[in-house]
Amino acid sequence: MSYSEFLTKHFNEILKALLVHIEIVFISVGIGVIIAVPLGIVLSRHKSIAKYVLAVVGVIQTIPGLVLLGIMLILFGIGKPPAIAALSLYAILPILRNTYIGITEVDMHYIEAAKGIGMSGNQILFKVELPLSMPAIIGGLRLSTVYIISWATLAGMIGAGGLGDMIWTGLSSYETKYILAGAIPAAILALVASALIGFIQRAITPKGLRIRR
Amino acid sequence: MIQFRNVKKSYGKKTILDNLSLDIKAGEFVILIGPSGCGKTTTLKTINRLIEPDSGEIYIDGKDITKMDPVKLRRTIGYVIQQIGLFPNMTVEQNIAIVPKLLNYKKEEIDEIVHHLLDLVNMPYEENAKKYPSELSGGQQQRIGVLRALAASPPIVLMDEPFGALDPVTRDSLQEEIKKIQKKLGKTIVFVTHDMDEALRLADTIVFMNEGKVLQMASPEEMLQSPAHPIIKDFLGKHMNNGNDAENMVASDFMRAKVLTVPKTKKTLECIELMSRRDVSSLIVVEDDDTYCGTVSVDKIKAQGKAGKEIAGLVTMESMTVNRNSNAQEAFELLIASPTGYVVVLNDDNTVAGLITKTSMAKAMGEALWGEMTQ
Repeated sequence: MSYSEFLTKHFNEILKALLVHIEIVFISVGIGVIIAVPLGIVLSRHKSIAKYVLAVVGVIQTIPGLVLLGIMLILFGIGKPPAIAALSLYAILPILRNTYIGITEVDMHYIEAAKGIGMSGNQILFKVELPLSMPAIIGGLRLSTVYIISWATLAGMIGAGGLGDMIWTGLSSYETKYILAGAIPAAILALVASALIGFIQRAITPKGLRIRR
Repeated sequence: MIQFRNVKKSYGKKTILDNLSLDIKAGEFVILIGPSGCGKTTTLKTINRLIEPDSGEIYIDGKDITKMDPVKLRRTIGYVIQQIGLFPNMTVEQNIAIVPKLLNYKKEEIDEIVHHLLDLVNMPYEENAKKYPSELSGGQQQRIGVLRALAASPPIVLMDEPFGALDPVTRDSLQEEIKKIQKKLGKTIVFVTHDMDEALRLADTIVFMNEGKVLQMASPEEMLQSPAHPIIKDFLGKHMNNGNDAENMVASDFMRAKVLTVPKTKKTLECIELMSRRDVSSLIVVEDDDTYCGTVSVDKIKAQGKAGKEIAGLVTMESMTVNRNSNAQEAFELLIASPTGYVVVLNDDNTVAGLITKTSMAKAMGEALWGEMTQ
């Protein structure tokens, strides 16, 4: 059976795996954003505890993917929930770090000017700090997304589905075609997602920050 | 209008404001000046509560500002900082409109304010309103910074070294504009600077601070006439009236000390060669004992001199001389009357001390008026 015959035969299967993969990535990164952005904002207000929190999140990042999936398997059983739980944890760090750094690196005199002309804390956050740190935050999102697309292939191991399924099937049956059918779409997905977010990043960067004399 | 009563502020052991009491009248252009760390910026920032004093009270129109909501207070006080602080993510128009928007002005009203203010600094709305700060020059940015502070018509505007980072030409024109605007709109402006030129130029009242205290509070005129403290004198420096000094100046203060002299036994051709090398048209001639003999000009040597002869016979006394301790005014009058365009300054023993030329005179006068000259 040639590779093209294989693809035609398994097209629906691959497409379905791809969609599940996207679903897992989307949910995990979404949860990551929902946790990391507000946490980053809170940390920027409490710099003394920030380094401890960032250190803890950094440690989570160093736990090998298989081990974390194992732990989640014990906690949540088989299927998508444990995979999403593990991947969400991984998604947090890049977004959190970039949000924190983005906000704390907004030039002090913008903050002083904003305060001096009578903006409240929330107004400073939403009108000045977040717009100015948006490029950094989206940069973190982009990094997280690319990581999670690749790590999500591990999720197939604990029955979450996605492109990882194809890869594991291929590995366990010495069938290269299956491995490639999982790995190639995953790689393409990572590239496309990165480009797409890069485009969004440029689009939402405040116009005044893009113009340089 | 703004009253400080026994205001104290310290960071750790360092006292920044030492029992400061100060009254600022409505409609005045008040300049806070003093050496670094004198507390001028701290004083300014306590007015809009960016810095809270440790004790004492500050009143605006009789109201204790510590009892007011700081955010609301700041919306009634304009604020301009040195780094300009225009928000780079907002257009010129949006930057100017911030405070009126915070105060929920109507859209039409805000439009009118923006148009009006841009007119005020000759930056037409059509050309500038939609630009971002990064598209403007430094001077234009700070103009917008000032307009942002004025947008909600606050009676008080605080300015923290607003023109400190601008080039001298731009600074000049902005100073002029701000003074005009202040008069036209009748604002009370509290302005921090360390530049005495700026203070003398803009202020109705100068408040000179040092070590958290007010050393003197006076109009520029008064401060120039009778500075209350040596530090203030230092700051005024070149602006101080030097009238008394001028009377004490003597001829030697105006002269160029290193001058070329030749003995009267020098030969004619040597002298011409020397003059052309030094690019001068006459030489000072001295006797064997170095006392002044006279001068010899290139024209005279060319007209009457013979090659290889000594210049002794060609020396004339047509140049004016003056004793080095003569009154400067006398030297000045001689210089103007001198047919040679210079006056020779002699020591008491009749040796040559120097030369007063129009250049050396102008330089000395300049220094007396404006301090050390660079050239």
